[in-house]
Amino acid sequence: MSATFTKSMARNVFYGGGVFFFLLFLALTFDTMKVLPKRDNSQNITPAVEHGKKLWETNNCIGCHTLLGEGAYFAPELGNVYPRRGPDFIKAWIKGQPTGVPGRRQMPQFNLSDADIDDLIAFLKYASEINTNKWPPNIEG
Amino acid sequence: MKYTSQAVAKPYFIAAIALFLGQILFGLIMGLQYVVGDFLFPAIPFNVARMVHTNLLIVWLLFGFMGASYYLIPEESETELYSPKLAILTFWIFLVAGAVTVLGYLLVPYASLAKWTGNDLLNTMGREFLEQPLPTKVGIVLVALSWLFNIVMTVLKGRKTAISLVLSLGMLGLAVFFLFSFYNPVNLVKDKFYWWWVVHLWVEGVWELILGAMLAFVLIKVTGVDREVIEKWLYVIITMTLVTGIIGTGHHYYWIGTPAYWQWWGSIFSALEPIPFFMMTVFAFNMVNKRRREHPNKAAVLWALGTSVMAFLGAGLWGFLHTLAPVNYYAHGTQLTAAHGHLAFYGAYALVVLTMISYAMPIMRGRAANSEKAQIMEMWSFWLMTIAMFFIALFLTGAGIVQIWLQRISNAPMSFMAVQDQISIFYWAREGAGLVFLIGLLLYIGSFFVKGESKAFE
Repeated sequence: MSATFTKSMARNVFYGGGVFFFLLFLALTFDTMKVLPKRDNSQNITPAVEHGKKLWETNNCIGCHTLLGEGAYFAPELGNVYPRRGPDFIKAWIKGQPTGVPGRRQMPQFNLSDADIDDLIAFLKYASEINTNKWPPNIEG
Repeated sequence: MKYTSQAVAKPYFIAAIALFLGQILFGLIMGLQYVVGDFLFPAIPFNVARMVHTNLLIVWLLFGFMGASYYLIPEESETELYSPKLAILTFWIFLVAGAVTVLGYLLVPYASLAKWTGNDLLNTMGREFLEQPLPTKVGIVLVALSWLFNIVMTVLKGRKTAISLVLSLGMLGLAVFFLFSFYNPVNLVKDKFYWWWVVHLWVEGVWELILGAMLAFVLIKVTGVDREVIEKWLYVIITMTLVTGIIGTGHHYYWIGTPAYWQWWGSIFSALEPIPFFMMTVFAFNMVNKRRREHPNKAAVLWALGTSVMAFLGAGLWGFLHTLAPVNYYAHGTQLTAAHGHLAFYGAYALVVLTMISYAMPIMRGRAANSEKAQIMEMWSFWLMTIAMFFIALFLTGAGIVQIWLQRISNAPMSFMAVQDQISIFYWAREGAGLVFLIGLLLYIGSFFVKGESKAFE
């Protein structure tokens, strides 16, 4: 690099650039938080959804599945499992694990009560109604 | 070694390598579970293996960063470390906390672990990469603060260089952004939004400052190029990192409930994210070409150049591959993401830590460089691991492309599990490449025990 561009100039550009773009990021964050209630389906967060989210987390579902495309890629996307499979199928599926079919991927049995599973399903329903800009491309997730 | 306190880096490096081996073993277990689904079930379900795999990665990289900074900061500051005792105490606390956490994952059902460790007081667990129980998370904060304190106190009492300044800023950012791991709102969109403030702003933000500082330090040492030149490059590179990477966070905000304008911000800025990595490659090769001395540690030079190339490929090119919103619409959450994740973490962060270890470890063992024989073995391990990881990324990319086609683009989309059956050949190939990686890693560990005539200091 040319000698006219000194190290102290480079340092100042670093500070200026870093601060400017972080402030821009904060501004965008501020705007996002403002418009989020129109998109994030938060009006449908009930105590059941809240408990369902906790069950989702404390059983580490994200360790195999994706939720809105984020998580592990070992098992199906669950952000849209509610419209894909419906509540009855989901409930029977969770209760029926593990399948024990030799050589197939196995989901553990989490020993959840019926009420727990209903809350988990409420959480998945809430998640499926978030405005995700039409993602995923189709129902298969 | 110029300052005796630099030696505290040694246990950090040894722990890093041991945990790295653990990470790879669990990676191989998961790789096999992709094709032999019931392997080790129910003893080690996939989700448990994955937690161990990713958490060990984070912890060994942190050990590496800490060891590296305890080594390089005294030398940069031209003074002894502020408190070697604190550094050693922090080492043991971090190692024991890490080991207990991993044992907890392996031995206790996750839900029970959550209950026993106070997750009811503050829900923080069960989110990808942030699975640690509350006490472990608090421990990570304390360890990071102790590290930051020790380093900053050392810098303050000695010479202040651009490298130590950038490294300290990176560490400060690491500590600050980790605090968002304690914020877990019920609102899933907000949860995901701020989760990325830890994950993205770490690996595509402040960690890159640490990476840049470590690479610059090693390049000064092995090439003898003027510090002014190298530090100017460092500033320019990390400027581009922050300019592109901060707003680049937007590439995670396309489909999680956040406003659609992020598709523009995210696409434009993250498309520029390869630039700092490309500059890093040009920088490293330029400095080595302009070298004013022949450092006897050829292996360290190879690791340094390898870091710059593989970081560009993994983080830069493979990141760009799926970062534009119209592409990401189809690629989001597929094996393509996994391909990028593997190559980027290996290329940027695993390699820079191994670069630093390669340079510093012989010096801490009382020589400028290892024997010819040991270095040749070390360089073999570089090529085996690097080529194996490149093939892992290629196979996962193949898997991802076919997955996207069958599941998301074709006229008759197949279900997730049906697609997984179709792409199992890629997973078998990936597992094979993983075994080669393990052989490379064992060779690497073996190279520390090779005797022979080592190179004395000039």
